[in-house]
Amino acid sequence: MKFKIMTAGLLALCLGAGVVFAAGEPQAERQALMKKIGGSMGELGAIAKGQKPYDAATVKTALTTISASAKDFPNHFPAGSETGMETAASPAIWQNMDDFKAKSMKLSSDADTVLASMPADQAAVGQAMQTLGADCGTCHQAYRLKR
Amino acid sequence: MASTWAKIALAGVFAVVAGGAAAYALTRPAPHPADYWAGLGAPDVANGEHLFWAGGCVSCHAPKDAKGEDQKVLSGGRALPTAFGTFHVPNISPDPEAGIGRWTLAQFGDAMTRGVGPQGEHLYPSFPYSSYARMTRADVNDLFGYLKTLPASQNVAPPHELGFPFNLRVTLGGWKLLFFSADPRVALDNPSDAVKRGQYLVEGPGHCGECHTPRNALGGFESGQWLAGGPNPEGEGRIPNITPGGKAIGSWSEGDIANYLETGFTPEFDSAGGSMVEVQQNLSHLPKSDLAAIAAYLKAVPSR
Repeated sequence: MKFKIMTAGLLALCLGAGVVFAAGEPQAERQALMKKIGGSMGELGAIAKGQKPYDAATVKTALTTISASAKDFPNHFPAGSETGMETAASPAIWQNMDDFKAKSMKLSSDADTVLASMPADQAAVGQAMQTLGADCGTCHQAYRLKR
Repeated sequence: MASTWAKIALAGVFAVVAGGAAAYALTRPAPHPADYWAGLGAPDVANGEHLFWAGGCVSCHAPKDAKGEDQKVLSGGRALPTAFGTFHVPNISPDPEAGIGRWTLAQFGDAMTRGVGPQGEHLYPSFPYSSYARMTRADVNDLFGYLKTLPASQNVAPPHELGFPFNLRVTLGGWKLLFFSADPRVALDNPSDAVKRGQYLVEGPGHCGECHTPRNALGGFESGQWLAGGPNPEGEGRIPNITPGGKAIGSWSEGDIANYLETGFTPEFDSAGGSMVEVQQNLSHLPKSDLAAIAAYLKAVPSR
Protein backbone atom coordinates (compact mmCIF):
# COMPACT_ATOMS: atom_id res chain seq x y z
CA MET A 1 0.00 0.00 0.00
CA LYS A 2 2.72 2.35 1.08
CA PHE A 3 4.64 1.35 -2.01
CA LYS A 4 1.66 2.18 -4.22
CA ILE A 5 1.27 5.62 -2.69
CA MET A 6 4.97 6.27 -3.10
CA THR A 7 4.85 5.17 -6.73
CA ALA A 8 1.86 7.37 -7.38
CA GLY A 9 3.59 10.27 -5.67
CA LEU A 10 6.75 9.77 -7.67
CA LEU A 11 4.74 9.50 -10.85
CA ALA A 12 2.87 12.71 -10.06
CA LEU A 13 6.16 14.44 -9.30
CA CYS A 14 7.64 13.27 -12.61
CA LEU A 15 4.58 14.35 -14.55
CA GLY A 16 4.58 17.72 -12.81
CA ALA A 17 8.28 18.17 -13.53
CA GLY A 18 7.60 17.17 -17.11
CA VAL A 19 5.04 19.93 -17.51
CA VAL A 20 7.30 22.54 -15.94
CA PHE A 21 10.16 21.34 -18.13
CA ALA A 22 8.01 21.57 -21.28
CA ALA A 23 6.72 25.03 -20.36
CA GLY A 24 10.30 26.31 -20.09
CA GLU A 25 11.26 25.11 -23.55
CA PRO A 26 11.61 27.90 -26.14
CA GLN A 27 9.22 26.07 -28.46
CA ALA A 28 6.52 26.18 -25.77
CA GLU A 29 7.29 29.79 -24.84
CA ARG A 30 6.95 31.04 -28.39
CA GLN A 31 3.85 28.95 -29.03
CA ALA A 32 2.27 30.51 -25.95
CA LEU A 33 3.14 34.00 -27.20
CA MET A 34 1.56 33.26 -30.59
CA LYS A 35 -1.55 32.00 -28.80
CA LYS A 36 -1.70 35.29 -26.89
CA ILE A 37 -1.45 37.26 -30.14
CA GLY A 38 -4.09 35.03 -31.75
CA GLY A 39 -6.38 35.44 -28.75
CA SER A 40 -6.04 39.23 -28.90
CA MET A 41 -6.68 39.22 -32.65
CA GLY A 42 -9.80 37.20 -31.84
CA GLU A 43 -10.97 39.89 -29.39
CA LEU A 44 -10.50 42.54 -32.09
CA GLY A 45 -12.05 40.30 -34.74
CA ALA A 46 -15.21 39.76 -32.70
CA ILE A 47 -15.65 43.53 -32.50
CA ALA A 48 -14.76 44.07 -36.18
CA LYS A 49 -17.36 41.48 -37.23
CA GLY A 50 -19.99 42.94 -34.90
CA GLN A 51 -20.23 39.78 -32.78
CA LYS A 52 -19.34 41.84 -29.71
CA PRO A 53 -20.04 45.53 -29.05
CA TYR A 54 -17.16 48.00 -29.31
CA ASP A 55 -15.35 48.30 -26.01
CA ALA A 56 -12.35 50.64 -25.67
CA ALA A 57 -10.79 48.74 -22.76
CA THR A 58 -10.88 45.43 -24.68
CA VAL A 59 -9.29 47.05 -27.75
CA LYS A 60 -6.57 48.66 -25.64
CA THR A 61 -5.72 45.42 -23.82
CA ALA A 62 -5.66 43.45 -27.06
CA LEU A 63 -3.33 45.91 -28.83
CA THR A 64 -1.03 46.13 -25.81
CA THR A 65 -0.82 42.35 -25.59
CA ILE A 66 -0.05 42.05 -29.32
CA SER A 67 2.67 44.69 -29.12
CA ALA A 68 4.37 43.17 -26.07
CA SER A 69 4.11 39.57 -27.31
CA ALA A 70 5.45 40.36 -30.79
CA LYS A 71 8.36 42.25 -29.22
CA ASP A 72 9.30 39.28 -27.03
CA PHE A 73 8.54 36.61 -29.64
CA PRO A 74 11.86 36.50 -31.57
CA ASN A 75 13.80 36.06 -28.29
CA HIS A 76 12.63 32.46 -28.12
CA PHE A 77 14.44 30.98 -31.12
CA PRO A 78 17.84 29.94 -29.69
CA ALA A 79 20.05 27.46 -31.54
CA GLY A 80 18.86 23.95 -30.72
CA SER A 81 15.17 24.83 -30.79
CA GLU A 82 14.84 24.29 -34.56
CA THR A 83 12.78 21.14 -34.17
CA GLY A 84 10.63 19.36 -31.63
CA MET A 85 7.37 19.93 -29.80
CA GLU A 86 5.47 20.15 -33.10
CA THR A 87 7.17 23.42 -33.92
CA ALA A 88 5.96 25.01 -37.15
CA ALA A 89 9.04 27.26 -37.26
CA SER A 90 10.78 27.21 -40.63
CA PRO A 91 14.56 26.62 -40.81
CA ALA A 92 14.61 29.90 -42.77
CA ILE A 93 14.25 31.73 -39.42
CA TRP A 94 17.78 30.76 -38.39
CA GLN A 95 19.17 31.65 -41.82
CA ASN A 96 17.56 35.12 -41.80
CA MET A 97 17.35 35.92 -38.10
CA ASP A 98 17.63 39.69 -38.62
CA ASP A 99 14.79 39.79 -41.12
CA PHE A 100 12.72 37.49 -38.93
CA LYS A 101 13.23 39.80 -35.95
CA ALA A 102 12.39 42.86 -38.08
CA LYS A 103 9.12 41.27 -39.22
CA SER A 104 8.08 40.47 -35.66
CA MET A 105 9.06 43.97 -34.51
CA LYS A 106 6.96 45.44 -37.33
CA LEU A 107 3.87 43.79 -35.87
CA SER A 108 4.79 45.19 -32.47
CA SER A 109 5.34 48.74 -33.75
CA ASP A 110 2.23 48.63 -35.97
CA ALA A 111 0.21 47.63 -32.90
CA ASP A 112 1.77 50.59 -31.03
CA THR A 113 0.87 52.95 -33.89
CA VAL A 114 -2.73 51.73 -33.93
CA LEU A 115 -2.87 52.08 -30.16
CA ALA A 116 -1.57 55.66 -30.33
CA SER A 117 -4.49 56.69 -32.53
CA MET A 118 -6.88 54.34 -30.66
CA PRO A 119 -9.58 52.89 -32.99
CA ALA A 120 -12.82 54.49 -31.85
CA ASP A 121 -15.48 52.29 -33.44
CA GLN A 122 -16.19 48.97 -35.12
CA ALA A 123 -15.00 50.14 -38.56
CA ALA A 124 -11.70 51.46 -37.19
CA VAL A 125 -11.08 48.14 -35.43
CA GLY A 126 -11.70 46.40 -38.76
CA GLN A 127 -9.08 48.62 -40.40
CA ALA A 128 -6.60 47.88 -37.62
CA MET A 129 -7.24 44.15 -38.18
CA GLN A 130 -6.25 44.56 -41.81
CA THR A 131 -2.99 46.31 -40.96
CA LEU A 132 -2.02 43.78 -38.31
CA GLY A 133 -3.31 40.83 -40.35
CA ALA A 134 -1.00 41.77 -43.21
CA ASP A 135 1.94 41.56 -40.79
CA CYS A 136 0.81 38.06 -39.72
CA GLY A 137 0.63 36.96 -43.35
CA THR A 138 3.97 38.44 -44.43
CA CYS A 139 5.88 36.75 -41.65
CA HIS A 140 4.03 33.43 -41.78
CA GLN A 141 4.58 33.22 -45.52
CA ALA A 142 8.35 33.26 -45.07
CA TYR A 143 8.91 31.68 -41.68
CA ARG A 144 6.13 29.33 -40.79
CA LEU A 145 5.93 25.78 -42.09
CA LYS A 146 2.79 24.33 -43.54
CA ARG A 147 1.26 21.89 -41.13
CA MET B 1 16.31 -21.18 -92.99
CA ALA B 2 17.62 -17.75 -93.77
CA SER B 3 14.19 -16.81 -94.96
CA THR B 4 12.71 -17.84 -91.61
CA TRP B 5 15.17 -15.58 -89.80
CA ALA B 6 14.39 -12.82 -92.26
CA LYS B 7 10.71 -13.28 -91.55
CA ILE B 8 11.26 -13.13 -87.83
CA ALA B 9 13.41 -10.03 -88.18
CA LEU B 10 10.82 -8.44 -90.42
CA ALA B 11 8.07 -9.28 -87.93
CA GLY B 12 10.24 -7.78 -85.18
CA VAL B 13 10.76 -4.58 -87.11
CA PHE B 14 7.06 -4.44 -87.90
CA ALA B 15 6.14 -4.91 -84.23
CA VAL B 16 8.48 -2.12 -83.17
CA VAL B 17 7.18 0.23 -85.86
CA ALA B 18 3.56 -0.61 -85.11
CA GLY B 19 4.16 -0.26 -81.37
CA GLY B 20 5.91 3.03 -81.90
CA ALA B 21 3.13 4.28 -84.14
CA ALA B 22 0.48 3.22 -81.62
CA ALA B 23 2.42 4.85 -78.79
CA TYR B 24 2.78 8.01 -80.86
CA ALA B 25 -0.91 8.03 -81.71
CA LEU B 26 -1.82 7.62 -78.05
CA THR B 27 0.64 10.15 -76.67
CA ARG B 28 1.02 12.90 -79.28
CA PRO B 29 -0.09 16.43 -78.36
CA ALA B 30 -3.85 16.70 -78.85
CA PRO B 31 -5.15 20.25 -79.20
CA HIS B 32 -8.85 20.92 -79.60
CA PRO B 33 -10.13 21.12 -83.21
CA ALA B 34 -9.62 24.69 -84.46
CA ASP B 35 -13.36 25.52 -84.53
CA TYR B 36 -13.61 24.75 -80.79
CA TRP B 37 -12.22 28.22 -80.09
CA ALA B 38 -14.14 30.03 -82.86
CA GLY B 39 -17.07 32.39 -82.46
CA LEU B 40 -16.65 33.23 -78.78
CA GLY B 41 -16.95 36.96 -79.41
CA ALA B 42 -15.58 39.83 -77.35
CA PRO B 43 -14.26 38.75 -73.94
CA ASP B 44 -15.88 39.85 -70.67
CA VAL B 45 -12.75 41.40 -69.18
CA ALA B 46 -14.27 41.83 -65.70
CA ASN B 47 -15.01 38.11 -65.55
CA GLY B 48 -11.50 37.54 -66.90
CA GLU B 49 -10.09 39.38 -63.90
CA HIS B 50 -12.11 37.19 -61.50
CA LEU B 51 -10.63 34.11 -63.17
CA PHE B 52 -7.17 35.69 -62.98
CA TRP B 53 -7.50 35.91 -59.17
CA ALA B 54 -9.24 32.54 -58.86
CA GLY B 55 -6.36 30.94 -60.77
CA GLY B 56 -3.72 32.87 -58.86
CA CYS B 57 -1.65 33.44 -62.02
CA VAL B 58 0.46 35.98 -60.10
CA SER B 59 1.68 33.42 -57.56
CA CYS B 60 3.90 31.83 -60.21
CA HIS B 61 4.07 34.27 -63.14
CA ALA B 62 4.67 37.58 -61.30
CA PRO B 63 8.09 38.42 -59.80
CA LYS B 64 8.58 37.06 -56.28
CA ASP B 65 7.33 39.41 -53.55
CA ALA B 66 5.61 41.71 -56.09
CA LYS B 67 2.90 43.78 -54.41
CA GLY B 68 -0.02 45.82 -55.67
CA GLU B 69 0.05 46.77 -59.34
CA ASP B 70 3.49 45.13 -59.81
CA GLN B 71 1.70 41.80 -59.42
CA LYS B 72 0.08 42.39 -62.77
CA VAL B 73 3.38 42.30 -64.67
CA LEU B 74 3.43 38.59 -65.49
CA SER B 75 7.11 38.56 -66.47
CA GLY B 76 7.78 35.01 -65.26
CA GLY B 77 11.23 33.99 -64.09
CA ARG B 78 10.36 32.42 -60.77
CA ALA B 79 12.08 29.09 -60.12
CA LEU B 80 9.89 26.16 -59.11
CA PRO B 81 11.95 23.40 -57.48
CA THR B 82 10.39 19.93 -57.77
CA ALA B 83 11.39 16.26 -57.50
CA PHE B 84 11.88 16.22 -61.28
CA GLY B 85 14.14 19.29 -61.53
CA THR B 86 13.75 23.06 -61.51
CA PHE B 87 11.12 24.70 -63.67
CA HIS B 88 11.50 28.36 -64.65
CA VAL B 89 8.12 30.00 -65.01
CA PRO B 90 7.61 31.66 -68.43
CA ASN B 91 6.64 35.24 -69.25
CA ILE B 92 2.90 35.40 -70.04
CA SER B 93 2.70 39.19 -70.32
CA PRO B 94 1.38 40.62 -73.63
CA ASP B 95 4.91 41.32 -74.96
CA PRO B 96 4.94 40.08 -78.60
CA GLU B 97 8.48 38.66 -78.36
CA ALA B 98 9.03 37.58 -74.74
CA GLY B 99 5.42 37.00 -73.76
CA ILE B 100 2.20 35.74 -75.32
CA GLY B 101 1.32 38.91 -77.27
CA ARG B 102 1.25 37.10 -80.61
CA TRP B 103 -0.68 34.06 -79.42
CA THR B 104 -4.12 33.32 -80.84
CA LEU B 105 -7.03 32.39 -78.58
CA ALA B 106 -6.70 28.80 -79.87
CA GLN B 107 -3.02 28.69 -78.86
CA PHE B 108 -3.80 30.12 -75.42
CA GLY B 109 -6.84 27.87 -74.98
CA ASP B 110 -4.99 24.71 -75.98
CA ALA B 111 -2.16 25.58 -73.57
CA MET B 112 -4.70 26.12 -70.77
CA THR B 113 -6.97 23.14 -71.36
CA ARG B 114 -4.91 20.59 -73.33
CA GLY B 115 -1.35 21.28 -72.17
CA VAL B 116 -0.24 21.96 -75.74
CA GLY B 117 2.18 24.83 -76.43
CA PRO B 118 2.10 27.28 -79.38
CA GLN B 119 4.43 25.05 -81.46
CA GLY B 120 2.20 22.06 -80.84
CA GLU B 121 4.51 20.70 -78.11
CA HIS B 122 3.54 19.08 -74.82
CA LEU B 123 3.69 21.43 -71.81
CA TYR B 124 4.94 20.30 -68.41
CA PRO B 125 2.16 19.74 -65.86
CA SER B 126 3.94 22.08 -63.43
CA PHE B 127 1.64 24.43 -65.35
CA PRO B 128 -1.64 23.07 -63.96
CA TYR B 129 -3.50 22.50 -67.24
CA SER B 130 -4.84 19.24 -65.87
CA SER B 131 -7.01 21.46 -63.64
CA TYR B 132 -7.63 24.26 -66.16
CA ALA B 133 -8.90 21.57 -68.58
CA ARG B 134 -12.24 21.93 -66.76
CA MET B 135 -12.61 25.62 -67.64
CA THR B 136 -15.34 26.64 -70.06
CA ARG B 137 -14.42 28.09 -73.44
CA ALA B 138 -16.07 31.37 -72.51
CA ASP B 139 -14.00 31.67 -69.32
CA VAL B 140 -10.76 30.92 -71.21
CA ASN B 141 -11.69 33.63 -73.73
CA ASP B 142 -12.42 36.11 -70.92
CA LEU B 143 -9.16 35.35 -69.10
CA PHE B 144 -7.17 35.73 -72.34
CA GLY B 145 -8.90 39.06 -72.92
CA TYR B 146 -7.98 40.24 -69.42
CA LEU B 147 -4.33 39.13 -69.67
CA LYS B 148 -3.99 41.25 -72.82
CA THR B 149 -4.86 44.37 -70.79
CA LEU B 150 -1.86 43.86 -68.42
CA PRO B 151 1.56 45.53 -68.80
CA ALA B 152 4.12 43.91 -71.13
CA SER B 153 7.54 42.72 -69.94
CA GLN B 154 10.57 41.78 -72.01
CA ASN B 155 11.96 39.39 -69.42
CA VAL B 156 12.99 35.97 -70.77
CA ALA B 157 13.05 33.11 -68.27
CA PRO B 158 15.91 30.59 -68.40
CA PRO B 159 15.12 27.12 -69.77
CA HIS B 160 13.91 24.41 -67.35
CA GLU B 161 16.65 22.38 -65.66
CA LEU B 162 15.38 18.83 -65.70
CA GLY B 163 17.15 15.47 -65.52
CA PHE B 164 16.76 12.65 -68.03
CA PRO B 165 14.16 11.47 -69.02
CA PHE B 166 12.01 14.34 -67.76
CA ASN B 167 13.82 16.76 -70.10
CA LEU B 168 12.20 14.98 -73.08
CA ARG B 169 8.82 16.51 -73.76
CA VAL B 170 7.75 13.40 -75.67
CA THR B 171 7.56 11.56 -72.32
CA LEU B 172 4.80 13.96 -71.27
CA GLY B 173 2.48 12.21 -73.70
CA GLY B 174 2.77 9.13 -71.50
CA TRP B 175 2.11 11.22 -68.40
CA LYS B 176 -1.00 12.67 -69.98
CA LEU B 177 -2.17 9.21 -71.06
CA LEU B 178 -1.91 8.07 -67.45
CA PHE B 179 -3.11 11.14 -65.57
CA PHE B 180 -4.68 13.81 -67.76
CA SER B 181 -8.45 14.06 -67.61
CA ALA B 182 -11.06 16.79 -67.79
CA ASP B 183 -13.61 14.72 -65.88
CA PRO B 184 -14.92 15.77 -62.45
CA ARG B 185 -12.51 14.77 -59.66
CA VAL B 186 -15.29 13.52 -57.42
CA ALA B 187 -18.89 12.47 -57.99
CA LEU B 188 -21.29 14.52 -55.87
CA ASP B 189 -24.81 13.49 -54.90
CA ASN B 190 -27.38 15.98 -56.08
CA PRO B 191 -25.17 19.07 -55.70
CA SER B 192 -26.71 22.52 -55.16
CA ASP B 193 -25.86 25.34 -57.57
CA ALA B 194 -23.38 26.70 -55.00
CA VAL B 195 -21.66 23.31 -54.69
CA LYS B 196 -21.46 23.04 -58.49
CA ARG B 197 -19.95 26.52 -58.72
CA GLY B 198 -17.50 25.58 -55.97
CA GLN B 199 -16.60 22.38 -57.79
CA TYR B 200 -15.87 24.38 -60.93
CA LEU B 201 -13.69 26.88 -59.06
CA VAL B 202 -11.79 24.32 -56.95
CA GLU B 203 -11.29 21.61 -59.58
CA GLY B 204 -10.81 24.03 -62.50
CA PRO B 205 -9.32 27.54 -62.35
CA GLY B 206 -8.50 27.45 -58.62
CA HIS B 207 -6.47 24.22 -59.07
CA CYS B 208 -6.55 23.62 -55.30
CA GLY B 209 -5.96 19.89 -55.74
CA GLU B 210 -2.57 20.46 -57.37
CA CYS B 211 -1.11 21.02 -53.90
CA HIS B 212 -3.78 19.57 -51.61
CA THR B 213 -3.92 16.11 -53.23
CA PRO B 214 -1.04 13.66 -52.64
CA ARG B 215 0.90 12.44 -55.69
CA ASN B 216 2.53 9.14 -56.65
CA ALA B 217 6.14 8.69 -57.81
CA LEU B 218 5.23 9.66 -61.39
CA GLY B 219 3.59 12.90 -60.33
CA GLY B 220 -0.01 11.77 -60.80
CA PHE B 221 -2.70 12.13 -58.14
CA GLU B 222 -3.14 9.15 -55.81
CA SER B 223 -6.59 7.80 -56.52
CA GLY B 224 -9.28 8.24 -53.90
CA GLN B 225 -7.25 10.87 -52.04
CA TRP B 226 -8.73 14.05 -53.55
CA LEU B 227 -7.80 17.05 -51.33
CA ALA B 228 -6.50 14.69 -48.62
CA GLY B 229 -3.21 16.60 -48.21
CA GLY B 230 0.29 15.17 -47.97
CA PRO B 231 3.97 16.08 -47.82
CA ASN B 232 4.82 19.53 -49.18
CA PRO B 233 6.37 18.97 -52.64
CA GLU B 234 8.23 22.30 -52.37
CA GLY B 235 10.07 21.45 -49.16
CA GLU B 236 9.43 21.07 -45.46
CA GLY B 237 6.08 20.69 -43.80
CA ARG B 238 2.82 19.15 -44.88
CA ILE B 239 -0.07 20.36 -47.04
CA PRO B 240 -3.26 20.05 -44.98
CA ASN B 241 -6.12 17.69 -45.68
CA ILE B 242 -9.03 20.01 -46.57
CA THR B 243 -11.77 17.37 -46.83
CA PRO B 244 -14.46 17.33 -44.13
CA GLY B 245 -12.54 14.47 -42.45
CA GLY B 246 -9.27 16.40 -42.08
CA LYS B 247 -8.22 17.97 -38.78
CA ALA B 248 -7.27 21.23 -40.53
CA ILE B 249 -10.72 22.50 -41.39
CA GLY B 250 -12.99 19.53 -40.67
CA SER B 251 -14.56 21.32 -37.71
CA TRP B 252 -15.00 24.66 -39.53
CA SER B 253 -18.39 25.83 -40.75
CA GLU B 254 -18.91 26.94 -44.34
CA GLY B 255 -18.89 30.52 -43.02
CA ASP B 256 -15.54 29.90 -41.29
CA ILE B 257 -14.01 28.63 -44.55
CA ALA B 258 -15.32 31.55 -46.61
CA ASN B 259 -14.14 34.02 -43.96
CA TYR B 260 -10.68 32.43 -43.91
CA LEU B 261 -10.40 32.73 -47.70
CA GLU B 262 -11.48 36.37 -47.49
CA THR B 263 -9.44 37.55 -44.48
CA GLY B 264 -6.70 34.94 -43.93
CA PHE B 265 -7.84 34.33 -40.36
CA THR B 266 -8.91 30.92 -39.02
CA PRO B 267 -11.85 30.77 -36.58
CA GLU B 268 -9.25 30.86 -33.76
CA PHE B 269 -7.65 33.95 -35.37
CA ASP B 270 -4.61 32.01 -36.31
CA SER B 271 -3.47 33.07 -39.78
CA ALA B 272 -2.53 31.42 -43.07
CA GLY B 273 1.10 30.32 -43.52
CA GLY B 274 3.52 29.40 -46.31
CA SER B 275 2.33 29.60 -49.91
CA MET B 276 -1.31 29.65 -48.72
CA VAL B 277 -0.74 33.31 -47.77
CA GLU B 278 -0.50 34.26 -51.45
CA VAL B 279 -3.34 31.94 -52.42
CA GLN B 280 -5.58 33.52 -49.80
CA GLN B 281 -4.61 37.04 -50.92
CA ASN B 282 -5.52 36.13 -54.50
CA LEU B 283 -8.83 34.56 -53.49
CA SER B 284 -9.75 37.60 -51.41
CA HIS B 285 -10.38 39.40 -54.73
CA LEU B 286 -13.28 37.05 -55.55
CA PRO B 287 -16.93 37.90 -54.93
CA LYS B 288 -18.19 36.60 -51.57
CA SER B 289 -20.63 34.33 -53.38
CA ASP B 290 -17.70 32.49 -54.98
CA LEU B 291 -15.91 32.08 -51.64
CA ALA B 292 -19.15 30.70 -50.16
CA ALA B 293 -19.40 28.32 -53.13
CA ILE B 294 -15.85 27.04 -52.54
CA ALA B 295 -16.76 26.49 -48.89
CA ALA B 296 -19.95 24.63 -49.81
CA TYR B 297 -18.01 22.34 -52.17
CA LEU B 298 -15.30 21.62 -49.58
CA LYS B 299 -18.04 20.48 -47.20
CA ALA B 300 -19.51 18.24 -49.93
CA VAL B 301 -16.39 16.29 -51.01
CA PRO B 302 -15.76 12.79 -49.62
CA SER B 303 -14.15 12.71 -46.17
CA ARG B 304 -10.55 11.48 -46.03
